[in-house]
Amino acid sequence: MTRSGTGDAAHQLDLLRDMMAIRQFEERCAELYSAGEIRGFVHLYSGEEAVAVGVSQALTADDSVVSTYREHGHALVRGLPLDAVMAEMYGKATGCSGGRGGSMHLFDAGRRFYGGNAIVGGGLPLAVGLALADKMRGISRVTACFFGDGAVAEGEFHESMNLAALWNLPVLFCCENNRYAMGTALERSHSQPNLALRAASYGMPAWPVDGMDVLAVERSAGLAAEAVRSGGGPHFLELRTYRFRAHSMYDPELYRDKAEVERWRERDPITALADRMRADGEVSDAQITVIEAELTAALDAAVAAARDAPVEPVESLTSNVYAPGAV
Amino acid sequence: MTVLTLSRALNEGLRKAMENDPKVLIMGEDVGKLGGVFRVTDGLQKDFGEDRVMDTPLAESGIVGTAIGLALRGYRPVCEIQFDGFIFPAFDQIVSQLAKMPYRSGGVVKLPIVIRVPFGGGIGAVEHHSESPEVFFVHTSGLRVISCGDPADGYAMIQQAISSDDPVLFFEPKRRYWDKTEVDLAGGVAAALPMDRARTLASGTDVTVLCYGPMVRTCMEAAAAAESEGRSIEVIDLRSLSPLDTETIFASVRKTGRCVVVHEAPVTAGLGAEIAARVTQECFYHLEAPVLRVGGYSTPYPPARIEEHYLPDLDRVLDAVDRAFAY
Repeated sequence: MTRSGTGDAAHQLDLLRDMMAIRQFEERCAELYSAGEIRGFVHLYSGEEAVAVGVSQALTADDSVVSTYREHGHALVRGLPLDAVMAEMYGKATGCSGGRGGSMHLFDAGRRFYGGNAIVGGGLPLAVGLALADKMRGISRVTACFFGDGAVAEGEFHESMNLAALWNLPVLFCCENNRYAMGTALERSHSQPNLALRAASYGMPAWPVDGMDVLAVERSAGLAAEAVRSGGGPHFLELRTYRFRAHSMYDPELYRDKAEVERWRERDPITALADRMRADGEVSDAQITVIEAELTAALDAAVAAARDAPVEPVESLTSNVYAPGAV
Repeated sequence: MTVLTLSRALNEGLRKAMENDPKVLIMGEDVGKLGGVFRVTDGLQKDFGEDRVMDTPLAESGIVGTAIGLALRGYRPVCEIQFDGFIFPAFDQIVSQLAKMPYRSGGVVKLPIVIRVPFGGGIGAVEHHSESPEVFFVHTSGLRVISCGDPADGYAMIQQAISSDDPVLFFEPKRRYWDKTEVDLAGGVAAALPMDRARTLASGTDVTVLCYGPMVRTCMEAAAAAESEGRSIEVIDLRSLSPLDTETIFASVRKTGRCVVVHEAPVTAGLGAEIAARVTQECFYHLEAPVLRVGGYSTPYPPARIEEHYLPDLDRVLDAVDRAFAY
């Protein structure tokens, strides 16, 4: 495990705010889904915020991100506008995917956010292709590819590991190991549950990171991204984390103990950072209350805008099956 | 005019596309040093380099997924699937990613990818090497599915496919790779018939025979034989299987009043079923007989020693024509 660094107070406050923003967004989505305002499937990131926020510190606007169906947090820290993400949750035309993507397919090519992906492991080959394009152009960029522990069992994981290592491509593989492939525990899914070890077998540097500690994630991601950027080939981070909520909003969670969830909640990445900062005198309860109020106000506005936004007219349902004007 | 085999004509078409656009890349198993099992990419790696003609590991899903990543960055990859039966490991990337991403992005994303597939039987091969999987992709919205029947079309259509902003599944009739016709290498493809249009190869008045790929030659031979029996057959090479050129199909059937669809793929839920439904609906009052289908049996592809009994031939096409007249 990589030990935490510290960093200056203002930076840590930014990390705290970003994690809080994701948590508030996710908890609001849970409410809106239960109220029937959001349709489709919703997979919440609560508990895993340190991973998205920590890794994003190592990325520039020119880097690329490929994500999963649990990608609200990745999208928000990537800078997709809150209003556009919330509108997408509502399936509205003002959403970042025009309402066609929904919760699992947030997308913003301009911000090089190449999408959530409902297919487990489906995004990995895309990341390989993006990185190959950068390499062919001689551009020093990183493609960060997020996926879960479940994806490691998929064939596409292994094809992608091999291609990236074989061609020395600038991919930062970020395995969000939250210990469950939906309802199946890690040890029941993998012959070798040490996932970093499996990536290492492809000849790429790979190590586990405490995914509940945003500073540890930031430090490891920084080291790995720098190595990737300077031609060191693909790197693999096994970010050990935990989702506090169910797999999706339909999941009765029959596969894990409440006590286990409670134990992990004691390691809440937001509380952990806030406590540390408080102890160091770097943040006060009053400051945190102000941040929470600001985030709530922004969310309220985003929800209100999403509610009022139009859905795509039904007449355009058949548009863009093919590219306009293409033969 | 130059007399070329289909394999050579495709090679020349690929070469022309690569010369015209530096963004065109070729990737696949054994496409480089070996030049492809059927020699379609012969010599291209030598002339364009390993960066533009990439030998890949055996990883069909990885190949197509990597191509998607490359296309997201402005490249125009041409993937070769070595044999028809090898496309199934890539099915997820083609159906779940390639076909859907442009639609889901509201047209922001264009994926100009060509997937070349040698298909069909007749070369003494076995299952997985003689199959006709085209209708899986016809069933999938967002893909163009085309097939060439002779060298002249192969030369033009591969270039049109590469120029298209849509994903194209390009089915090459492998038993016809060694057929020769004249090809106009000097003429531009702009003057060629667009790839989404069917071509009337033989005009007739009594029955319309629709075919594509390897069955084009078979049906032309059937038309010649029928003519000697006093029957006038109109042979149409569909060329585009998705979308279908229904304008050409309906006009012909309204003229002849009879329609026979011929393909190697199994009849059950094959392209003939779709055409029969559409023709019945749109040409009902012009029909003298039901739309008849000639195709493979509903079995896995049989062993090489008996494949001649499986494949539609002159007699089976003529028999269907006879049956069309029996009503």
